[in-house]
Amino acid sequence: MYRYDEFDETFVRERVAEFRGQVARRLSGELSEEQFKPLRLMNGVYLQLHAYMLRVAIPYGTLSARQMRQLAMIARKYDKGYGHFTTRQNIQYNWPALIDVPDILDDLADVEMHSIQTSGNCIRNVTSDPYAGAAANETDDPRIWAEVIRQWSSQHPEFSFLPRKFKIAVTASDKDRAAIKVHDIGLRLYRNEDGERGFQVFVGGGLGRTPYIGERIREFLPERQLLSYLEAIMRVYNRYGRRDNKFKARIKILVSSDPDDFRRLVEEEWAKSDREKLNGPLDELLRVRRFFEPPKYENIPQTCNSLDAARARNDEFDRWVRNNVSDHRMAGYAIVNVSLKPIGKAPGDISAEAMETVADIAERYSFDEIRATHEQNLCLPHVRKADLFDVWRALDSARLATANIGLASDIIACPGLDYCDLANARSIPVAARIAERFADSDEADGIGELKIKISGCINACGHHHAGHIGILGVDKKGEEFYQITLGGSGGEDASIGEITGRSFSSSEVVDAVERLVTFYKENRTVGERFLDLYRRLGPAPFKETLYGDAAH
Amino acid sequence: MATLRIKNGSALFGDIRKGQEISLAAWREGVRPEAGRFEISIPNTEDIESLENVIRRFDAVILDFPVFSDGRAYSQARILRERLGYKGEIRARGDILCDQALFMIRCGFDALEIGNGDKDAFTKALGAYSAYYQIASDNSVPIGARRSRRRDAA
Repeated sequence: MYRYDEFDETFVRERVAEFRGQVARRLSGELSEEQFKPLRLMNGVYLQLHAYMLRVAIPYGTLSARQMRQLAMIARKYDKGYGHFTTRQNIQYNWPALIDVPDILDDLADVEMHSIQTSGNCIRNVTSDPYAGAAANETDDPRIWAEVIRQWSSQHPEFSFLPRKFKIAVTASDKDRAAIKVHDIGLRLYRNEDGERGFQVFVGGGLGRTPYIGERIREFLPERQLLSYLEAIMRVYNRYGRRDNKFKARIKILVSSDPDDFRRLVEEEWAKSDREKLNGPLDELLRVRRFFEPPKYENIPQTCNSLDAARARNDEFDRWVRNNVSDHRMAGYAIVNVSLKPIGKAPGDISAEAMETVADIAERYSFDEIRATHEQNLCLPHVRKADLFDVWRALDSARLATANIGLASDIIACPGLDYCDLANARSIPVAARIAERFADSDEADGIGELKIKISGCINACGHHHAGHIGILGVDKKGEEFYQITLGGSGGEDASIGEITGRSFSSSEVVDAVERLVTFYKENRTVGERFLDLYRRLGPAPFKETLYGDAAH
Repeated sequence: MATLRIKNGSALFGDIRKGQEISLAAWREGVRPEAGRFEISIPNTEDIESLENVIRRFDAVILDFPVFSDGRAYSQARILRERLGYKGEIRARGDILCDQALFMIRCGFDALEIGNGDKDAFTKALGAYSAYYQIASDNSVPIGARRSRRRDAA
């Protein structure tokens, strides 16, 4: 893991001191809320329905046990004893007092964390593959580049007042677990035919009210050129991105209006720039790289007899291994996914006690590493297969062993009208009711991979466009309704879900989802996922299932 | 109405007017300054690179922040300093908060029209950080290069 040196430490402390001054100016009345707003947003402080909300950055989703324990301490001391993991690998606290926020930031700085640029019209916290460093077939550890981008983007003088927010995701695998094609910039590191490492660069993806899949603007960018190329993209966006209409200000609007012209502008800007200078010193890159060297794995066999025996003995454990454990690149190791979706609870919420349990397990069994995923779960990236049974029992004791990763009840949902002042409808109760409908483990296993994503408004924080089944909350004359989209994906086969038709009332929507699932079960071929069936048959039969003959 | 100017690394506050100012629009209509120190104000929607031949005749370029959240002039300033090698004054005008001052100076501005802004707050804001991660238009040594130097010295 990356560790701060005195430069990083000083920078973060100076940022806290600056923000402490801004908060004091607000509390004294020197700054109005209107003047304070852009300043607090640059540091992750929102004003929500009931209270301020603080969003803490977890750069590229990587946490140590010590950091997780500090997040638990903050939840207890300044909040109501819990936190909420978001779809951008961050954690949010929903109830802090403004006057406490500078102290929280100092507590975060004590463990090398911050909330810099977790909101505002700037380059946001960079996200990456939660399996980074652990997944098979990875070109390199993408977090090396995510950390380089984190430092480069922190308080960037030219790009802190962009037309709109800006999100960058990095992966180094063919399997896209970072949803790079629905980011403002998506970077995929790979080796070309000559064996050189470089990035495929996607720009202009995004969800929100006008969803787009990112345009591939460069097939191969030598990795050393990354920062100068990012500067070129950012400058083109800063100069030409629309500022007259907030809803057309994201880079996706600029790119989609003429992708070839956008590409030409970026290449021209890049060609004129002082690349050598902007790319930074090579030894700095090597310094960052050293922090991401693999942990000291033991040399152990791939098959593990004790694991096989435990699976044969215990059906619940076997189900958990099947659904929540993934292959590791090292023989004898596994990746453990920790579900934050116990049936009936708010997706992504976790108590301080449960955070501490995860920290203890990570320290003992996973080389002190924890990852947050964009699907609002956690992950223990390096667990010996021989330890899986003990890990499962420890997780289960904290209600963290729900065996539903990737299944119908592993739902992404935004905070919705329960917390958010932008929302038109509640998300969490709908997620809870759907999860309850598919709570039966055998039933859920039988349905297989099904990504249901719920947003409480058109801003799409719940990524409904990228859900196999997407649910969007809308307001109809003061009543909550839900529109269903089908066929979305945020993976390497990214696609935007298609709207099916009229929306459903809160009491109808769960039945509607169940009708879709029943139709799927009756029509699938062997091994065909819900998404595959939708792509094979097209929307018509699904619409008929939802609306009957009225769809025609 | 005060102007903050950076001279040899320190902030000085003084009068706003230094020379004879015309707008780019006036220049395009054929207005030409008479004699003395000339300044030109340029909207933030202009492509500054294409104005190289105009700008080099002026002692100061005034760039606009119509609202603080409109950051286009940061890019204009950097292009002016780094790409066109402009040596005159680059002055920020418009909605300027002390919280942006450092970003402006780092992008190549050396003068800020701060109106009735709190001078102490601006001075404090300019000293908020001891080092920065990025290379920009100022002369500060970025953190990455400082690390390299330290290693070389060790």
